Amino acid sequence: MTAIDRVVEPAVVPAGSTASAPPPGRPNRPRVRWSIIAMLTPALLGLAVFFVYPLAASVFYSFTRFDLVSPPEWIGLRNYEYLFTKDPMVWQAALNTLWFIVILAPVKIVMALFVAGLLARAKHASGIWRTLFYLPALVPPVASVVAFVFLFNPGTGPVNLVLSWVGIDGPLWFNDPAWSKPSLLLLGLWVMGDIMIIFLAALLDVPRDQYEAASLDGANGVQQFRFVTLPNIVPVLVFALVTGVIAALQYFSEAAVASTVASGKATVGEGASVSFGYPGGSLLTYTQWLYVRGFSQYQLGYASALAVLLFIVAAVFLVLLLRKVKAFSPEGAS
Amino acid sequence: MKRQHSFRRRGLIPLAIVASAALLFSGCSGGEQGSADVAQTAPKTLEGTVSLWHFFSDREADVIQTVVDDFEAANPEVTVEVHTGQDDEKLRKVISSGGNIDVGLSYSTDVVGSFCSSGAFRDLEPYIERDDVDMDNFSDTVKNYTAYDGVRCSMPVLSDVNALYYNQDMFDAAGITAPPQTLSELEQIAEQLTTYNEDGSIKTLGFNPFMGMYENSPGHFGPAVGGEWLNEDGTSAIGSDDGWPLLMKWQKDFVDKIGYEKLQAFTAGLGQEFSANNAFHTGQLAMQIDGEYRTAFIADQAPELRYGTAPFPSHDDFADLYGAGYITGNIAGIAKGSENPELAWALLKFLSTDTDALVTMANGLKNLPTTAESLNSPDLEVTEQYQTFIDIAQNPKTKGTPPNPNGGAYQQVFGDYWTEYQAGNGGDLTEGLAQVDKNIDDSLALMEAP
Repeated sequence: MTAIDRVVEPAVVPAGSTASAPPPGRPNRPRVRWSIIAMLTPALLGLAVFFVYPLAASVFYSFTRFDLVSPPEWIGLRNYEYLFTKDPMVWQAALNTLWFIVILAPVKIVMALFVAGLLARAKHASGIWRTLFYLPALVPPVASVVAFVFLFNPGTGPVNLVLSWVGIDGPLWFNDPAWSKPSLLLLGLWVMGDIMIIFLAALLDVPRDQYEAASLDGANGVQQFRFVTLPNIVPVLVFALVTGVIAALQYFSEAAVASTVASGKATVGEGASVSFGYPGGSLLTYTQWLYVRGFSQYQLGYASALAVLLFIVAAVFLVLLLRKVKAFSPEGAS
Repeated sequence: MKRQHSFRRRGLIPLAIVASAALLFSGCSGGEQGSADVAQTAPKTLEGTVSLWHFFSDREADVIQTVVDDFEAANPEVTVEVHTGQDDEKLRKVISSGGNIDVGLSYSTDVVGSFCSSGAFRDLEPYIERDDVDMDNFSDTVKNYTAYDGVRCSMPVLSDVNALYYNQDMFDAAGITAPPQTLSELEQIAEQLTTYNEDGSIKTLGFNPFMGMYENSPGHFGPAVGGEWLNEDGTSAIGSDDGWPLLMKWQKDFVDKIGYEKLQAFTAGLGQEFSANNAFHTGQLAMQIDGEYRTAFIADQAPELRYGTAPFPSHDDFADLYGAGYITGNIAGIAKGSENPELAWALLKFLSTDTDALVTMANGLKNLPTTAESLNSPDLEVTEQYQTFIDIAQNPKTKGTPPNPNGGAYQQVFGDYWTEYQAGNGGDLTEGLAQVDKNIDDSLALMEAP
């Protein structure tokens, strides 16, 4: 029985007990638990201030012409009309983001699960290996991107130098539109330690007797993974998928920093957004485009329309995702 | 168990909504428009605290601090709170949210159209008239880029001008006695100065025409053909301008002659623009287009470098434009939420019109002062290289990019297309430029009243 099962399962009421039965002649209304409401109030307030208000404000602004300084002016559906029919960059930005959703997020999960599987079986120096694989996750994202761009610099970086020793003419990595996203994928794999460590905990939590029983039943390694490991780690997998997809939808800092540094225009004090997308728009993600329209081009109303569309897409995507993974839940597997 | 499934299914949608809502950002509303009431006479004594937000950092921020110290020394009851390293995007966000900004100093004239039309910066005309500030002390170009649609919301502080830098040692070694004056001469000298490694890759490049590299941008190249940006009605003039296609074809042909991929690989290996590893400092580039501030960077980071400056060459069909160039500037204004606008105006007036302050900043930053008095000041340190920029600034054909409520969006749209075009993905140039016009006009239409 999982924690959720325990919470939602109705309490067993002894036969003949009247402890929770309504008094005769009164309607069967649920009692108001003021203590529960009082305890929930801080969270509800936070939800209202940081979720409901921004959501409502963004929806409202999406129907306005708003430059952040002047009062918003109602313009109906013009922002949405522009978004779907005239914006020259939004679809490129959306496709770039989709790449990070369908490639980066799954590959990172698979690789993290694979490494966690190896570490779970490690007999010697497992602590050292776990530390080594987790350590990159502690590096601040901006620092790790800057380091990667310099390491993969096609002219002066050590990666292409090493490749040249074995006769490989290395690509331009962050400076080539065809290689810029795969370069960020490599960075994503390097910093997978956070999700890897969660997978490792989940794998170590799988009861050993289930493997023994499966083994006695003649299950091979793949079958043991499919019918023992996978059902046991489904909650962790769902968590990794949901957070991975959300992170991909929000992908901003890594791509923005990579573009700025690779373009040779890293500086302080001047607008960094002019370099967003370098090279050739290949790293322009949806959220970067939203930022550019809102804060570089002063079109907060239009940026709000982009945000609302992102919200709808994300909601639909996550509903579909969660429905899909139900098939792999413990109940589904059984 | 059925009940559990029902619970989970119902939980899917709220869970998805909550998770995805984290993607939405909070909308911020601007506060009330600051009072534009201006006293009949300027206060005799100044006291209080005034904040100054600017974008400079490190060595350049120290220069600004020197002038701020002078202002405080002249006004002992005044304290200036300086916020360094603040770009235009931060400036706008803080102004709109009612943050404590009195004077904002921007690095770009791109914000003028938006800041004037939205009221982010106050109209300065009442202060200018009251204090009888002589605006004829500024050139027409400078006056134009600090006002928009009849509203003067900013004052020029310093200006930036672009010109051609060339490595004197490389020129001498190749027997080149004079910098190029036309783009074909530039190309010819660049080829002469380009050297290759044994594997065929570029070792040193005469001139890097790659759009997007360092200061290579449509705005900076544009004066070579007198390229027009916007029509009087604010719509895009790029597609209908005769000069832009000529300039783009020259640039792409030059890129193709060197080899796009070879050039891309070489460019990728160059150091950061604002570092000691700038390719002109290191000798990897013999010539490059850059602003006058590069003279200060060279003095600081590559003092042994022998170099010269000259106006950027003009296109062969626009030879009469030689001597002109691109000009932009640092502009400053009083934020709409300023709680002490008189103090803010006093600081702004000091920064934009005081000859000693302008000369001090110009000497330290190696930007150009904007008033006639400061340009002719005997205290202005003028080297041979720096004089080029003064001459370009005073050339009547020197141009900037026009203010626009959409900021620099029109330049970015054009730059994005140019980048595609040089990569060979731009299709037919005439059709491409027509699409650029359409994209710019569509975006501008979003800013206009329905």
